[in-house]
Amino acid sequence: MPSTFETVANIIAETCDIARDTITLDSHAIDDLGIDSLDFLDIAFAIDKAFGIKLPLEQWTQEVNDGKATTEQYFVLKNLCARIDDLVAAKAK
Amino acid sequence: MRIEYFQLIDRIIDLNLIDLTIRVEAIVPTDSTIFEGHFPGRALMPGVLLIEAMAQASGWLIIGRMRFAKMPFLAALKEVKLRTFVTPGQTLMVSAKIMHEGSGFAMTEAEIEVDGKTVCNADITFRVVDFPEGEFLASMHEVARRIAFPMEAASHG
Repeated sequence: MPSTFETVANIIAETCDIARDTITLDSHAIDDLGIDSLDFLDIAFAIDKAFGIKLPLEQWTQEVNDGKATTEQYFVLKNLCARIDDLVAAKAK
Repeated sequence: MRIEYFQLIDRIIDLNLIDLTIRVEAIVPTDSTIFEGHFPGRALMPGVLLIEAMAQASGWLIIGRMRFAKMPFLAALKEVKLRTFVTPGQTLMVSAKIMHEGSGFAMTEAEIEVDGKTVCNADITFRVVDFPEGEFLASMHEVARRIAFPMEAASHG
């Protein structure tokens, strides 16, 4: 079974036509990979489907806009994957 | 269809908030300045307006789903197929289904039939945001009444 990161990296590579080997755990989806908010909707859709969750994008965006969080907390891939794992675990409870 | 006002839906026939589907009717007007240019001597409903009709049908479905708390705005189109010409006077049956509800976005599949034959279809993505302040919500309620939006369906859980 592929890791969360493998699944997410493959989704990003396919959805945004980004070379898979350029995507690392430390990649920032926006700053490093150049993914814009519209493309991220397709990624969120694919992640929602793949993991059976609903990424709380509205909440994350609000927190960033309010200065309560940084984009790194949500969009650096190792952090994104950790949050996906948390959502999957919460759903399983 | 109030084509010059970009209000393309005439009547909601069915809104099903369990199956997340909608069917609406939209009659292409026989007379419009649009047809003077598109095209002289060969009036055709512009493809972009067929897409807009699918988006508006999807939009009313999402508004119903969100119980008028949020407003969808067209964000992206995929797999758009304009299969045949649509001409003035034809009755469009527009249907849509919500395929995915994300956080702050929704995706639908929509199609238009004329006389039982699919004339176009598309996968549509919307950003879904809080209704803008002011008269926007009131104006949408007014349009909803005009197109027979079933308010009772949107007010029950």
